Amino acid sequence: MITCLCDAFFDDLARATVEVLEHLGCTVSFPAGQACCGQPALNSGDWAACRRVVRHTAGVFSGEAPVIVPSASCVAMLRHGAGLAFEGEPDRPQVEQLALRTWELADFIVNGLGVRTWPGRCDATIAFHRSCHSRGTASGEAALALLGSIAGIQLRPFGEAEQCCGFGGTFAVSFPHISAGMGRLKLGQIQAVQPDMLVSGDMSCLMHMGGLAERAGRPVKTRHFAQVLRDALHQT
Amino acid sequence: MALQPIDQFAARLPAAQRESVRQATKGTHEKRTQLLLDRFADGDGLRRLAGQIKQHVIENLDTYLPQVEARLQANGARVHWAATGEEACAAVLGILKARGATKLVKAKTMVSEEIGLADYLERHGIESLETDLGEFIVQIDHDHPSHIVRPIIHKTRGEIARSFEREGLGAYDDDPQVITQRARRYLRKKYLEAGAGLTGANFVSIESGRLVVVTNEGNSRFCLAASKCHIALVGIEKLVPRDCDLALFLSLLARSATAQPLTVYTEFIAGPKSPAQPDGPEEMHVVFLDNGRTEVLASECRDILRCIRCGACLNVCPVYRQAGGHAYRSVYPGPVGAVLSPMLAGGRFPEFADLPKASSLCGACQEVCPVDIPIPDLLLRLRDRGKREGAALASAGTPPMGAWALLASRPALWRAALAAGKLIDHVPTRLLPVPALQAWSAERTLPAWRGGTFRAWWRRRGRRRPGNGAQVP
Repeated sequence: MITCLCDAFFDDLARATVEVLEHLGCTVSFPAGQACCGQPALNSGDWAACRRVVRHTAGVFSGEAPVIVPSASCVAMLRHGAGLAFEGEPDRPQVEQLALRTWELADFIVNGLGVRTWPGRCDATIAFHRSCHSRGTASGEAALALLGSIAGIQLRPFGEAEQCCGFGGTFAVSFPHISAGMGRLKLGQIQAVQPDMLVSGDMSCLMHMGGLAERAGRPVKTRHFAQVLRDALHQT
Repeated sequence: MALQPIDQFAARLPAAQRESVRQATKGTHEKRTQLLLDRFADGDGLRRLAGQIKQHVIENLDTYLPQVEARLQANGARVHWAATGEEACAAVLGILKARGATKLVKAKTMVSEEIGLADYLERHGIESLETDLGEFIVQIDHDHPSHIVRPIIHKTRGEIARSFEREGLGAYDDDPQVITQRARRYLRKKYLEAGAGLTGANFVSIESGRLVVVTNEGNSRFCLAASKCHIALVGIEKLVPRDCDLALFLSLLARSATAQPLTVYTEFIAGPKSPAQPDGPEEMHVVFLDNGRTEVLASECRDILRCIRCGACLNVCPVYRQAGGHAYRSVYPGPVGAVLSPMLAGGRFPEFADLPKASSLCGACQEVCPVDIPIPDLLLRLRDRGKREGAALASAGTPPMGAWALLASRPALWRAALAAGKLIDHVPTRLLPVPALQAWSAERTLPAWRGGTFRAWWRRRGRRRPGNGAQVP
């Protein structure tokens, strides 16, 4: 699943996801009927709309194959959020079946496939933003393990890592002042360690922080870790 | 598109106040994390265990409340039941009148804020004085607490010094030590004059009927030392099964609330003074308050009744740090308040239907909660309820999802939208009638539209490499 954000804005990340999986020997399929995980509607409180989208998505991704998503947030939606919206619904089992097959990309590589190191090279200092929807999951550690194993990468820890960047989906437009305030604090911590790039497992956080930084006249280079992995393959 | 009140409040909040709230909450949060992880091999395991114990208690309140009542009575306390805040206020007033008391000293209790006890007593001719320093300052300023553990987190010491000067407590001096000494001198004689002392209870042991009250100032002890009558105002969810459970709960409470291994004073009160004791209250009354709690218990949000009011979720919450506690327009602010306040509001739920929206759902609150309350899930449930009940505040500032859901469930429409989205690259945002886009663009740039680009790449590649990507093996 490439996510609605990649479908609309971040085609290179969708490509990187395919290329990373194929490098690992996976056969990738892309069901063309896919659109979104349904999270915007869940978070907005419109659970009827949410169920409509999740039903469609569960249909598109029916079968047995693992569903790999380059976003911890969409995965949290399908693994956990969708179950909330489907309590008492007759087709909840289909939604739960999809949840069991859904993997965040780094988690799949490290804990699904057992791949712990990544070849290639990347000469850069990286600040890694753990997105909030990877809390309590294996995704953050997995992405860090892969990035940390790439020759040339230096990871730069920064302060208040547990704080949210302020994206939060529709929150970013419903609470624009608070969202931007949170984003500026987060950027302050990140830019203080002067990384060559800001990397995360969620493009949505990066879109928000990158957009804020650019508007403020202090742009920061943002990359999804899948793009870093893919690019590393081409550097030796 | 109507705006979200909490975001508006945050936009107006003075920068200095935001910064002082942030520094204070950040400091406590970071110390708390260290303390919890240093001392315990599995701090997270303790949180989950405590959560299970409290969940067990609230799901068996019908069994446990009569048990604890019997225990308290055996200990010599009188037990009162109050279904509403009004009934609880009336019960306290009745106790005071029966004793002919006209002055009451109060230790800090959020439940008394919840039911508006001080105002009620004042209207009935009783002088009710807050003895917790923070609450005392709130009282002389006719203000409201903005944090459940640190009521004056929004005030500077300069403001406090001016309030003290205004109240005739001494010439302007913003040295915290001087302020504390002055409050102490003023309060000492008030303890001696009071006819009764009122406290809350952090925990009540079902096994022994012991009330546990924690403070850092020792003011609850003073409230009880001089007066002949102790009134404890307690929410019905405050029970823990056994005395030995208190080891777990006290360890978690102090660490979570104030980043201390234990509060400075921890009182265990097992009844009025016994004949052998020289001092202490002759009478002890426990007023158990429902005030909407059984309705919460009957709802899908019952987990919130586990809460032990430590304030850790406020301290870590990035939204609370931006907006401050008064933004929540209710006694309980922050993540716990965003669940509890709309629930306790009963029929006035629509007035607070925006509170559950004031969260990026980042999950930091659940991560720090000493009783592991799934606050983000509860916020989501209340958003669903707000939408179903048509509460205007639940939808304020929120992009409508109906049309989007239609697009996202019809592949042909979705692909058409991916193509049409190109518009945003060519038309200035301010001219597009999409409020969400304008709210986004006020502070952030938007990346270039690449709708459908990946799909085109995938199709081209499929043609070049027949068989690849067409099937799941």
